[in-house]
Amino acid sequence: MHELALAESVVKIAEEHADGKRVTKVELAVGALRQVVPEALAFGFEAVAVGTAAEGAVLEIDEVPARLACEACGAETERSGFPLACGRCGSLDVDVRSGEELLVLALELEGERDPERRA
Amino acid sequence: MHRTRVRIVADVLDANDTIARANNEDFEAAGVSVVNLMSAPGAGKTALLERALPHLGVRVGVLEGDVQGTLDAERLASLHVPVTQIQTDLGFGGECHLDANMVRAALPEVPLDELDLLVVENVGNLVCPAEFRIGEHRRAMVCSVAEGEDKPLKYPLMFRACELVLVNKIDLLPHLEYDLDLFLANLRTVNPACAHLLVSARTGEGVEAFRDWLRAAASPRTPARPPAVAPGVPEPAR
Repeated sequence: MHELALAESVVKIAEEHADGKRVTKVELAVGALRQVVPEALAFGFEAVAVGTAAEGAVLEIDEVPARLACEACGAETERSGFPLACGRCGSLDVDVRSGEELLVLALELEGERDPERRA
Repeated sequence: MHRTRVRIVADVLDANDTIARANNEDFEAAGVSVVNLMSAPGAGKTALLERALPHLGVRVGVLEGDVQGTLDAERLASLHVPVTQIQTDLGFGGECHLDANMVRAALPEVPLDELDLLVVENVGNLVCPAEFRIGEHRRAMVCSVAEGEDKPLKYPLMFRACELVLVNKIDLLPHLEYDLDLFLANLRTVNPACAHLLVSARTGEGVEAFRDWLRAAASPRTPARPPAVAPGVPEPAR
């Protein structure tokens, strides 16, 4: 259940950037190779966001597919998971170009700055 | 109500990685090499260390991560190596692995000045520990033959995070329907650069090769390469 620890970190980042406003949405990019279960992350996020600026916020998770650059044939192909083999020639000698992301991309904020709320 | 979208692009693991870098700087300053040893519960991390650490010939200490209790730390302390216990049940959302901050909090208790090598025995778990760097130099894992051949495919994040897999409990092979070649093929599909050693903590087979790897890991300017790599398995990428 690394999702709970990841959710904690997402909420922290959201709070740091909320500027005292209410966070209504958090946009997240999650690489296909990160073994993150979206439902578990959403559940964890909902739980740890209680009492923070991100309480009740929607967690929007964009899955980033794995893109592999093949060292053998030069093709760049997309994979949804393992094995990380070139989609054209099947070689395992590939460079992972994307699919390992775990990023907070953007926040949607609502309302005026709440002076009671720590930025 | 007015809503605004703010672009951020922040790595979710950045806070952990920042602390991990601070840990790594402390290890470097003290001249200590750090190995993060991971596995599923019961794979034999502690048993392997009990076998390998005596006669290692380098000054080694252990940082022991457990959810509860000090059973493993007591086993290792009987070998007269300095052992520091971290209990992770004090954390929230971090019970199942060590993170950089837990290790940082324990560092004042670790006699870094007296060590060349620190082995961090992570919490038994094949998912979470792979995600959290702790400032280590090398990552290795134990996977016992009793766990089945499919584990690299089921837990690719962990198998991709490591440069060495210790295939433990090989003394059980005659009693199991375990296809070692299939396991190694599965390992290659998720991490072609990963090396492996066949070991048995029970009989001691292969343990000297693990000691050699630990010794090489302890000398900062010597790249650690497991000596006994099966044919067809590439050396770890450096």
